Amino acid sequence: MLQLIQKLGQTTLASFSKLGRSSFYLGHILKCIPSILLRPRLLVNQLYSVGVLSFLIIAISGLFVGMVLGLQGYYTLSDFGAEASLGVMVAASLVRELGPVVTALLFAGRAGSALTAEIGLMKATEQLSGMEMMAVDPIQRIITPRFLAGIISMPILGVLFSSIGIFGGHLVGVGMLGVDNGAFWAQMQAKIDFRDDVINGVIKSLVFGFTVTWIALFEGYDTVPTSEGVSRATTRTVVNSAFAILGLDFILTALMFGDH
Amino acid sequence: MQHSPTQDTLVGLFVASGIIGLFFLAMQISNLGSFVDEDTFTVTAHFQNSGGLKIKSPVSMAGVKIGQVSRISLDTDHRAKVEMKIQARYTNIPSDTTASIFTAGLLGEQYVNLEPGGLDDNLTDNSEIDITQSAIILEQALGQFLFKKSADK
Repeated sequence: MLQLIQKLGQTTLASFSKLGRSSFYLGHILKCIPSILLRPRLLVNQLYSVGVLSFLIIAISGLFVGMVLGLQGYYTLSDFGAEASLGVMVAASLVRELGPVVTALLFAGRAGSALTAEIGLMKATEQLSGMEMMAVDPIQRIITPRFLAGIISMPILGVLFSSIGIFGGHLVGVGMLGVDNGAFWAQMQAKIDFRDDVINGVIKSLVFGFTVTWIALFEGYDTVPTSEGVSRATTRTVVNSAFAILGLDFILTALMFGDH
Repeated sequence: MQHSPTQDTLVGLFVASGIIGLFFLAMQISNLGSFVDEDTFTVTAHFQNSGGLKIKSPVSMAGVKIGQVSRISLDTDHRAKVEMKIQARYTNIPSDTTASIFTAGLLGEQYVNLEPGGLDDNLTDNSEIDITQSAIILEQALGQFLFKKSADK
C-alpha cells in the first residue's frame, strides 16, 4: 500500500518536474529568438527541412480529404436537394476544423518526429555537450531555428491544406457530380467570413504549430541518451502532440465559435 | 546543412505559396472579396417581420445580387428597420420599388428581393422603400392554412 502511494507521489513529482523543465526550456528558446533573426541562414535551412519537405504529404492529403468531403457531402446534401451548398460545407469544414487539425497531426508525424529523433540523436552522440564545450549555446544554435521554423511553417501548411482541399472538393463536386459551378463558389462566399472563419483557422494552426514544435523539441532534448530512449521520445512526441492538438482544438473551437 | 540556392528558392516558393493560399481563401472563399472596392449607398426599409434575415444577407433584384443588409434594428413602431447597402452603380432603381423578404429554396437563407416600380425618380442615398412585404413565417402560414381548412368544413 505504502509502495503504491510512493509510486503515485513519484509519478506526480516526475510529471511536474517535466512540466517545469519544459517551461524553462521554452523560456530559454523564446529568449534566443532575437539572436536568430540576426542569422536568418539557420532559419531558412530549417524552414526547408520542416516546411518545404512536409509540403508534399500535406498537399496530397488535402486533395484527398477535400475530394472525400465533396463526395460524402454530396450524398447527404442531395437528399435535401441542397447540392448547391456543397461548397459551403467543404470550405467551412476545411477552413475551420480539418485544415488546422489534420495538418497539425500530419505535421507532428512528419516534422515533429523527425525533430525529436534528430535532437535526441544529437544528445545521444553528445554533440550537444560538445557544442557547450565550445561555448556555443545549443539551444540558441540548434533548437531555436527549428522552433521558429515550425511556428512559421504550420500556418502556411494549414492554409495550403485548406486551399488544396477546396480544389479537391470542387474537382469532385463540380467536375464529377455536376454541382453548379456558380452556386458552389457564390454560396461559399456568402457564408464564409474572412475574420471569423479563415483567420480563426490560421490562429488555430499557429497554436498547433507552437505546441507540436515545443513538444517535439523538448522530448528530443529531454530524451534518455540511448537508442531506446530516442525511440521512446519519438513515440511520445507523436502521441502527446495528437492529444494536445485534439484537446486544444476543442478549447479553441469553444472559444472561437462558441457564441454562434 | 549546407546552404544552396535551390534550397533558398524552394523556401521562397513555399512562403509565397502560403501567402497566395491565404489570398485565395480571402478573395475566393470568404466574403472579403465581394464589395471590397465598391462604393455603396444606403437604403432603408421597414418590415413587419424580418424573419431570419441577417446582417450580410444578400439584396437582389431580378435574381442578381446588388447589395447586402448592413443593419437590422427595431424602430419606434415595433417594426424591423432594415438598412441595406446597394452598389453605387445601380443608380436607376425606381423610388416606388417593393422590398420583400424571400427564402432561397425551401431551406435556404433569406434575402431581400427588390421588385422595381414604375416611377421616374430613383432611389438615392438614405432614401426609404415604402412598400414592403414581410418574411413569410412557415408556422404562421401553416396556422392560417389549417384555420381555413377547418372553417371550410
